[in-house]
Amino acid sequence: MTPSRRPGHLDEPRWVRGVLITLALLFLAIFLLMPVVLVFTEALRKGWALYLTAITEPDAMSAIRLTLLVAAIALPVNVLFGVAAAWAITKFQFRGKQFLITLIDLPFSVSPVVAGLVFVLLFGSQGWFGPWLQAHDIKIVYAVPGVIVATLFVTFPFVARELIPLMQAQGTEEEQAALTLGASGWKLFLRVTLPNIKWGLLYGAILANARAMGEFGAVAVVSGGVRGLTNTMTLHTEILYNEYMFTASFAVASLLALLALLTLVAKSLVQWRHARLSGDTVPALHSHAAPLVPAAA
Amino acid sequence: MTVMGSVHAQGQAEPAIKRKSTPGVLPGFGLSMGYTVFYLSLLVLIPLVTLPIKSAELGWAGFWATVTAPRVVASYQLTFGASFIAASVNALFGLILAWVLVRYRFPGKSVVDALVDLPFALPTAVAGIAMTALYANNGWLGQWLESTLGLKVAYTPIGITIALIFIGLPFVVRTVQPVLEDLERELEEAATSLGATRIQIFARVIFPTILPALATGFALAFARAIGEYGSVVFIAGNMPLVTEITPLLIIAKLEQFDYAGAAAIATVMLGFSFVLLLIINLLQAWQATRAGRSS
Repeated sequence: MTPSRRPGHLDEPRWVRGVLITLALLFLAIFLLMPVVLVFTEALRKGWALYLTAITEPDAMSAIRLTLLVAAIALPVNVLFGVAAAWAITKFQFRGKQFLITLIDLPFSVSPVVAGLVFVLLFGSQGWFGPWLQAHDIKIVYAVPGVIVATLFVTFPFVARELIPLMQAQGTEEEQAALTLGASGWKLFLRVTLPNIKWGLLYGAILANARAMGEFGAVAVVSGGVRGLTNTMTLHTEILYNEYMFTASFAVASLLALLALLTLVAKSLVQWRHARLSGDTVPALHSHAAPLVPAAA
Repeated sequence: MTVMGSVHAQGQAEPAIKRKSTPGVLPGFGLSMGYTVFYLSLLVLIPLVTLPIKSAELGWAGFWATVTAPRVVASYQLTFGASFIAASVNALFGLILAWVLVRYRFPGKSVVDALVDLPFALPTAVAGIAMTALYANNGWLGQWLESTLGLKVAYTPIGITIALIFIGLPFVVRTVQPVLEDLERELEEAATSLGATRIQIFARVIFPTILPALATGFALAFARAIGEYGSVVFIAGNMPLVTEITPLLIIAKLEQFDYAGAAAIATVMLGFSFVLLLIINLLQAWQATRAGRSS
């Protein structure tokens, strides 16, 4: 929404506008832009040859593979959940709906460290299922499954949160019309609902993917940090940093920073497409910083 | 909720009699609701319940002693203090950013708007090492701050606060922005015709309207900062009693295999999360009534 130029008597004097814009841009440059610029500068400080070595050595490659694997599993599972949850919440009336939404939002308010801890308490050797898992020779914590479960937890709300306000605004008329025309449940979803929510779904998935690939705290607690085995890219970055291998550490970090920049671009494109197609009747897509609008509103 | 699913299933079997008790006419309620509740319980609710149960092993006295030990209390003070300051800075600059993005036109505005979400897209560990390098005494900003102001940032509470400002920034911008966009020009028009100055209009008309959103954004940034780990742990220095945040203390307990102790501190943090969640819900209700009245 770009507003047309406001009339003079409803606008601040030119110098006030200048000061505010400068303040805003300066703040953004120092707090957001400088760290990103620094990542790339540090990564390339000792030249491209060393940079390429740092990101192609076996431990880095296995960290990249694990990060991709974890995201490839966590993403579809949580997309499926997000669609199911949004369908149940927005297409039907039942008691306790607001409470259910609050529960779905819960992983956002839990510290990532606490998120990791609960799975150590469940599946660790001292945990509830520890003895049973050990007896059956299954390793979850300090192994790849633990990393996947922790990632599932932290990315749990993303898709649902994006779809709920969207599907709430769209209502159920179109689906009901399809139903009277004799469409089956799945056909109705694929032909009517999915086309309506695809941009919101994609938007939620993009944000969930960024979190899945970038999660650190929860994964740090459950992974045990075995090099070449349970290290994701963020954990590999940490280990290299703590070993004072700064250039290598920033090289791996630069891949993650690149992912972040791509995420921002993809997110803006989807936001723009969505706004162009749906106009004013449907809420704009928001990053999860914006709170969920209460269902009653 | 699973009970409702079965009611729905019955409704399909005997539509003429039970139709009224079904939650809607569309298919799939039982399946989608059942799956939602099952997956939510399995992945989130049951795991979280382990925290109070595990910490109960300590007994009430043991629990209390663990969560009020001097090192733990010092970590609460640091975590809450730094989070509060960071959220306040975010409230001020977030408001300015939202204002500038909604009301003014300048080159590169859409890029700036997209950039606001960077703290969500950038992995916290990457932000953490970058800010540490930036504010260390040989870093771009660190050496300048130390030589001109004599200010040490990295490995001090100031560094922790700066990291928390980074990760909390989008919350205020993204909650205030839509409210500012919806603000009706007629209100300002009316105030101007009654002789109000720009400053009066901001203080009396605009600010009261955006206050609930601003408070919500503050609370969200604060809640996020309290649990933050990745961006803080590198710049913090992690000295017990001085620069040790609460999430790090949980990890320290885990590394000593003190699972019950870790669970006890995590239970306290979870309690704070619930309280903040409640406050945020109340703030949103306030915002909803405010929005209802103004439109």
